[in-house]
Amino acid sequence: MLTIAAGLRDQIVAHAWADHPDEACGVIAGPAGSDRPERFIPMLNAERSPTFYRFDSLEQLHVWREMEDRDEEPVVIYHSHTATEAYPSRTDVSYASEPGAHYVLVSTRDAEADEFRSFTIIDGVVAEEPVTVTSTE
Amino acid sequence: MAIEVRIPTILRTYTGGAKSVEGTGGTLDELFADLEARHGGLRDRLVDDAGLRRFVNVYLNDEDVRFLGGLGAPVHDGDTVTVLPAVAGGSA
Repeated sequence: MLTIAAGLRDQIVAHAWADHPDEACGVIAGPAGSDRPERFIPMLNAERSPTFYRFDSLEQLHVWREMEDRDEEPVVIYHSHTATEAYPSRTDVSYASEPGAHYVLVSTRDAEADEFRSFTIIDGVVAEEPVTVTSTE
Repeated sequence: MAIEVRIPTILRTYTGGAKSVEGTGGTLDELFADLEARHGGLRDRLVDDAGLRRFVNVYLNDEDVRFLGGLGAPVHDGDTVTVLPAVAGGSA
C-alpha cells in the first residue's frame, strides 16, 4: 500500500504533464525505514524521450548522497508513460533496482483522465498496490 | 592501500550486507578483480563482455567513470568508488 499526501501526488501528475510528450521521472524521498514519502525530487530525464527515461548519472549521485546524508531513502520512484497505460513495462521491470521502493506510474495518454498507480517490483515480480491519498489541511 | 567501494542495496547480497567494502588496484578493472576474490559474483554484476555494464553507474569520487576511461580508469589509495544501478525504464 502506498500512502501519499495529495500535494505530492499532484506534484507528480503536474510533472508528468509538464514534460509530456517526454517521459517524466523522479523520486520522493522519506526517512529511512519509515515508508513515508515526504520530499519531492523531480529528476531530469537524460533520455528526453517519449518512450524511455533514465536519471542523469551525476544528478542521481548527488540525490542519492543527499538522501544518505539526511538518513532518507527513495520511498517512491515515479515516471510517466506518454502513450501507454500506467503499468510497468518489461524494461521498467528489468531495470527496477530499489526493492524497497514504491514504483509509481502516471500515464499522460489521455488529457481527460488521471492515471496514477503504484506497484512493487521485487526480483522481477510486479504487484500492484492500493494508493491512499491523504489530504493536507 | 585501500580504496573504499560503496555498494548499492541490491548488490549487498554479495558483501554480506555491507554498504561499503575495501579493495586495492591501480585501475578500476584491477579493483573489481580484487573485490571478486572476496565477494564472488559481484564483478559479473558490474562488467560484461563489452566493459562496464550499461545500466550500472560507477563513480570515482565525484565523477562518472565513463568519462575517465571506464575500466581502465586509474584509481588511488584514498579514492572512493560508488556504484549505483541506473534508474531507468520506458514504455516498452
